[in-house]
Amino acid sequence: MRVREDFPMLESRMNGKHLVYLDNAATTQKPAAVIDRMTQFMRHEYATIHRGVYTFSQLSTRECDLVRERCRRFVNAERASEIIFTRGATEAINLVAASFGRKFLKKGDEIIISEMEHHSNLVPWQALCEEKGLLLKVAPINDKGELLLDEFEKLLAARTYFVAITHVSNALGTINPIREIIKMSHHAGAAVLVDGAQAAPHLKVDVRDLDCDFYCFSGHKIYGPTGVGVLYGKARHLEAMDPYQYGGDMIESVDFKKTTFAKPPAKFEAGTPAIVEIIGLGAAFDYLQKIGWEAIHAHENELLDYATQALSQIPGLAIIGTAQEKASLISFVLDGIHPHDIGTVLDQEGIAIRAGHHCTQPVMKHFKVPATARASFAFYNTREEVDALVKAIHKVLEIFR
Amino acid sequence: MTQEVKLDELYQEVILDHNRRPRNFGKLDDATHYAHGHNPLCGDDYHLYLKIDENGKIQKITFEGSGCAISKSSASMMTTFLEGKNGDEAEKLGSHFIGFMTKDTLSKEDREAVGRLKLFEGVRHFPVRVKCATLAWQALLNAVTGK
Ligand SMILES: Cc1ncc(COP(=O)(O)O)c(C=O)c1O
Repeated sequence: MRVREDFPMLESRMNGKHLVYLDNAATTQKPAAVIDRMTQFMRHEYATIHRGVYTFSQLSTRECDLVRERCRRFVNAERASEIIFTRGATEAINLVAASFGRKFLKKGDEIIISEMEHHSNLVPWQALCEEKGLLLKVAPINDKGELLLDEFEKLLAARTYFVAITHVSNALGTINPIREIIKMSHHAGAAVLVDGAQAAPHLKVDVRDLDCDFYCFSGHKIYGPTGVGVLYGKARHLEAMDPYQYGGDMIESVDFKKTTFAKPPAKFEAGTPAIVEIIGLGAAFDYLQKIGWEAIHAHENELLDYATQALSQIPGLAIIGTAQEKASLISFVLDGIHPHDIGTVLDQEGIAIRAGHHCTQPVMKHFKVPATARASFAFYNTREEVDALVKAIHKVLEIFR
Repeated sequence: MTQEVKLDELYQEVILDHNRRPRNFGKLDDATHYAHGHNPLCGDDYHLYLKIDENGKIQKITFEGSGCAISKSSASMMTTFLEGKNGDEAEKLGSHFIGFMTKDTLSKEDREAVGRLKLFEGVRHFPVRVKCATLAWQALLNAVTGK
């Protein structure tokens, strides 16, 4: 794949070495197409949206509307009004917990999450449960890091009205059988939010095929800018939900006695949005479309296989997360060597990986490790970079032998 | 400074040795003072136990828990340093060491004040690791000042 030249950051050096960027699950680098589009917009097109009678504001408004439409296509939603711009996946989840959960869930109702959730798809539900007297149930995983579907199904009960589950695990790489989970949940009368933060960069998302009630992801993990994310919600939910924040842009009419709210998506987008970032996100959608999912899958799967093979041969290395279906991400530990020390040595070799609990402390607990090292791959990574990783891990072994 | 030198300074033989074979590792059942040191960022997590007699002397000091080489060796060396010292001395050394790790520039006195713990100076080239080196000492200060 000839894509590296599209990403200016990939030419950087770190600690005197060529940067080997393997922290894509945290955030991805940006193609020039995104950077240039944002710069161009700020230099020559920038104005606020919705409010201006003047031409530049109208053009800005139109550009943002076009990105919403591209996003609709990106997730295959039925209508563009089902796409809400948020600050990221975290805000999208909090929005649903507040505007849907707080309104529709009653004392004694149940919410199911999984053991592999990112804290951002766990803590908002926990807080809601405490506030409203709901019960939070956790679907367990096996030692390969796969969700136990049977156990999940058993948890679905008469009072289970909501399921919040990740599409792809950021700590383990597991791709969950989301379609089946949604089917089971709907059968039991529960609405489903899918945390797509780690799926959107790797898989074609089709919310109509999945039939999920909510789907969310962050712009910065799909080669777009920080500060913008997407919440898809089925129109009938969005219409019934309460607003999330109150302010400008989300009202129909205001007087001191009564305010009526705008229709979705405006109802959930109070205040001036991240206009420049929305424009950048649009450029990211275009860029991904140009590369194409087939090419992305082929390359990332090949890299995952190659890296899994290579890492497995390192003495004392154990891969955490060996699900049948995995995205291009490998969590690992080295016998007797703390991930932080691995991260520091690799950093000196110019290799960026993540070391820590990855905001998934329950997963760490399951595998009885305090933390893991994680190498996560994007379509711009290469076999040579995997080789560099392996070589650097050998250096870690040498130091700590 | 080249990368190799930086890494060698960080992972000095003494540090690696304390990491491999931490001294005074384990729980102290008759502890009079206790503190928990936790770095949520990287998951370093230690329990510190002290037995301080009526004269304020540290009779025994142990730690247990898990974390990186820097945090573990720092905790281990701390225990070897403090056994037999009194609480006030421990507190003073702790403040010196934390200053030594975090000050922008070091004077000759700063280096002298920490004695053999000077060998942690290499950690200063790695700002994100400074907290690892100071974790156990911070816990110590909490334990002896009763906070
Ligand atoms: C699975 C998962 N969910 C949610 C998030 C939160 O995304 P953000 O920090 O962009 O809001 C992340 C990011 O690390 C993630 O990996």
